[in-house]
Amino acid sequence: MLARRIIPCLDVDAGRVVKGQRFQAIKDVADPATLAKRYALEGADELVFYDITASSDTRPIGHAFVKAVAQTINIPFCVGGGITSVSDMAFILNQGADKISINTAAVQNESLIREGALKFGSQCIVVSIDIKKVDGTYTVFTHGGRTNTQMDAIQWAKRAVELGAGELVLNTMDTDGVQDGYDTEFIQRITKSVNVPVIASGGAGRLEHFVDAAKAGADGLLAASVFHFQTLSIADVKDALEKAHIPVRKESL
Amino acid sequence: MTHVIIDYDVGNIASLQMGFERAGLNTTLTADPNIIANATSLILPGVGAFQPAMASLKERGLIELIHAHVSQGKPLLGICLGMQLLFEEGHEFGVHKGLGLIPGSVLPIRDAEKLPHMGWNDLSLMQDHPVMAGIKTGSYVYFVHSFYASTTPSVQVATTDYGVTIPAIVQNNTVIGMQFHPEKSAKVGEQLLKNYGRWVDERFTVDGSLQS
Repeated sequence: MLARRIIPCLDVDAGRVVKGQRFQAIKDVADPATLAKRYALEGADELVFYDITASSDTRPIGHAFVKAVAQTINIPFCVGGGITSVSDMAFILNQGADKISINTAAVQNESLIREGALKFGSQCIVVSIDIKKVDGTYTVFTHGGRTNTQMDAIQWAKRAVELGAGELVLNTMDTDGVQDGYDTEFIQRITKSVNVPVIASGGAGRLEHFVDAAKAGADGLLAASVFHFQTLSIADVKDALEKAHIPVRKESL
Repeated sequence: MTHVIIDYDVGNIASLQMGFERAGLNTTLTADPNIIANATSLILPGVGAFQPAMASLKERGLIELIHAHVSQGKPLLGICLGMQLLFEEGHEFGVHKGLGLIPGSVLPIRDAEKLPHMGWNDLSLMQDHPVMAGIKTGSYVYFVHSFYASTTPSVQVATTDYGVTIPAIVQNNTVIGMQFHPEKSAKVGEQLLKNYGRWVDERFTVDGSLQS
């Protein structure tokens, strides 16, 4: 049976991981490949890297971390942030990433989803959506949550899949960083609306949050803070899911 | 011992090569017919669609070389689309002839809630094989595909379940196929690649050259 995926997310700024300071056992907590390896050994099923480098001038240097990660870890990983063209996608995939995540660029230029899917296959193209409830409607935001597009989130999710997105990451901004649980109502609605894997993001704080999101239908559970700050271990999360009869991958070697 | 990965322009295979290196297997990535013809162990990778991949092999004159390799009793490992090409035909955008090294056809997965079949799924062991040393039923490996091989039980080393029973590892004498990505399948994938390397070393070589 297909396992639900636990996906730690790492923010990278100019080639260095931010927010990883709590890892005491490793020397270079800011090196993407070092942290990635630690997560892989702890049982992460996949990793997501968001390149939050502010200036596009420094981004080619920032993206150099992708190859080092690919050489180091033996699980799939996705890279997002600042990708605006098919040639950007090609560059990152050629460095060894398995998937590309696009967010603002996909809203601004829908054809990027289709072009990427045609060239690399839908399985490579992840559309990430920042969502906030506005007057009772789940609405799409871009530019790191600063711009309200007025687009309905369910409609945009369906459209992205129609264009060729092979997976969706749904970051609900109201729950993000609050550690008060994923938005399970939204997860339920979205998983009924699309036929591609859905990754829930934003709000993981306690073990039951992961269980609730998985029960709501999320195929993958993304979290940053709880893993970076070691509030929870990946093994704890998997044990909790397993107890709730949700299939998870455990290393059997 | 160097494993020769066939480079025939089907998607990015840099990470496959990195995976072999992590498992301690030396590789060469090449389209050079001379190197391919003299290889002890051939690796056939591939991402994408069946027909363009076969066309690309044909265009490079590699189909005959692969057949000659196998008929000399030398090992061949097909991975992902490379595994699917080992079969007689593929039903993706029409019906196309495959390499015909393992009996069966490659068909679309139907009755699945979500496609592609993407993520970690568990193996059920169907028969013993040297590449399975230390691998147990219930071990998870990483899949990304929408087509599967419909084939006879006698070639199925391990299967997984995704609405249909999907052959995950297949064999026919010296030909092995893996539907999933061993290079992305954590320790289990690394073990499978190590086992393949050991099988090649022990069964097919004497002091690094092909056993006659």
